[in-house]
Amino acid sequence: MSKLLNVSASPHVRSKETTQSIMADVCIAMLPATAFGVFQFGFHALLVLIVTVAACVLSEYVFQKMMKLPLTVSDMSAVVTGMILALNMPANIPLWIPALGGIFAIIVVKQLYGGIGQNFMNPALAGRCFLLISFAGKMSDFAMDGWSGATPLAQLKAGASVDVAAMFIGKIPGTIGEVSVIALLVGGIYLAVKKVISLRIPVTYILTVAVFAFIFGKQDMNYVLAHICGGGLVFGAFFMATDYVTSPITPKGQIVFGVLLGVLTGLFRIFGGSAEGVSYAIIISNLLVPLIERFTLPTAFGKEGKKS
Amino acid sequence: MNKCIERIYNGIIKENPTFVLMLGMCPTLAVTTTATNGVGMGLSTTAVLVFSNLIISALRKIIPDRVRIPAYIVIVASLVTIVQLLLQAFVPSLYSSLGIFIPLIVVNCIILGRAEAYAAKNGPLESAFDGIGMGLGFTVGLTCIAIVREILGAGAVFGFEFIPEDFRITIFGLAPGAFFVLAGLTALQNKFKAPSATNGSVPQSALACGGNCASCSGASCMSNHAALEVVREKAEADAAAAKKAAAEKAAAAKKAAAEKAAAEKAAGQDAPAAKKD
Repeated sequence: MSKLLNVSASPHVRSKETTQSIMADVCIAMLPATAFGVFQFGFHALLVLIVTVAACVLSEYVFQKMMKLPLTVSDMSAVVTGMILALNMPANIPLWIPALGGIFAIIVVKQLYGGIGQNFMNPALAGRCFLLISFAGKMSDFAMDGWSGATPLAQLKAGASVDVAAMFIGKIPGTIGEVSVIALLVGGIYLAVKKVISLRIPVTYILTVAVFAFIFGKQDMNYVLAHICGGGLVFGAFFMATDYVTSPITPKGQIVFGVLLGVLTGLFRIFGGSAEGVSYAIIISNLLVPLIERFTLPTAFGKEGKKS
Repeated sequence: MNKCIERIYNGIIKENPTFVLMLGMCPTLAVTTTATNGVGMGLSTTAVLVFSNLIISALRKIIPDRVRIPAYIVIVASLVTIVQLLLQAFVPSLYSSLGIFIPLIVVNCIILGRAEAYAAKNGPLESAFDGIGMGLGFTVGLTCIAIVREILGAGAVFGFEFIPEDFRITIFGLAPGAFFVLAGLTALQNKFKAPSATNGSVPQSALACGGNCASCSGASCMSNHAALEVVREKAEADAAAAKKAAAEKAAAAKKAAAEKAAAEKAAGQDAPAAKKD
């Protein structure tokens, strides 16, 4: 009965979309990159994925049971968080580290701030940065086929030239999900076609990084392309920066957000100490989203505009 | 003497500066990387706090009201310099690991807060014990946070390592870890309904400063002065009225009891008389 009387504020837009269907779409979109990661890095990568997703879902379930909150496990948002976190791990990481990251992401970053829709930064990325600071050595140990080497971006920073074609396909060391640009693009296009994400953030983000690299890095096509294909840029732009909760909803705001992400990523990569900067750029920009939205809010219909 | 013990209990449990008053957060977050640092910082602050309370309390009638804050700072700064030189001479390892946070004890809000809220209004002996209580409370708070951070971040307690290097979560040794641990301990405090600054156990008041003299820096006292006077007068009047009412009630009860007894006696005398008839 109480359900019948529960009327939310207008406008009442009917849609078949639910949180669950959107999250399922995101999972499907990540499958090509996941499959490529498992194919390239072997069975242990799959184990990392399973453990991380299980840790996220279980910690959400246990926390909500303990706090006597309504269960939101079935909306699949914890699964998405787990998948993104797992795809951000190097393949040969000890399994307890991603599990710890998953617990931190769900409990500290998501549930303590009020659950789905309330988290102030992307839980998966906050979990990743937590692990990156805590276990710096293990988190940047990208061994592949028993051969350990620097990621292309690290080589690029050291001044060497890299093979952009290999980076595009994904035959490079890196985290499980970030290596293959083509698999990520397939997923990104799927999301854009299903209208789960708009292309404003990813496109402005990647373009800004390219322009930044061209101006402040080397004026060389190979160098700029390597910056676009290297590291977590494509993965971050399509899957992490477009998270509904932590990105602006106004179209203008999304463009500002994308440019901000690009400038920060470029700064961290070219002038910073580390070769990679996508994670930190995204979580810092997440914190600025309320500010961006405040200044890009369109005038409501019927309200007076500026008087001339 | 009873009052002195009460001050120590008040400082450690009832108004613990770290967990209840939430004062002195800067050293709390910055130096608690290891338990040794926590204890060292806490005891250095205690030493300064005891003597600053003692001296300020002894001089409280000499220091003019208008320049009291500079006067307090001169006293505290002299004491901190002494403590700093002593640490440098006798425990150089602690001195180097605490670094800039030793001179910063001068502007620690616990010390100025206690000078303003307690030492300026009470006698030297009570003030010294208030300093001991608050200082020990601060030490306990710092040590609690530091032990948790040292176990998680460095796998050790007081320098004895027992967790292998692979399983240490470095972030707890860095700045974010301090916030995580402080927030976690405060959450536990609220869970178990222990008094804390965040669970509403500290009484709210209409005053601009919240009426919490322990966290008072003295800045808002002038604006509150009138309100404080009213509150005090009202409290005094209430107390007097309550006392008067209680006295009247007691007198009335006594009178009633006497009357009742007399009546019973009379009835008792009447009853046999009635039977007789």
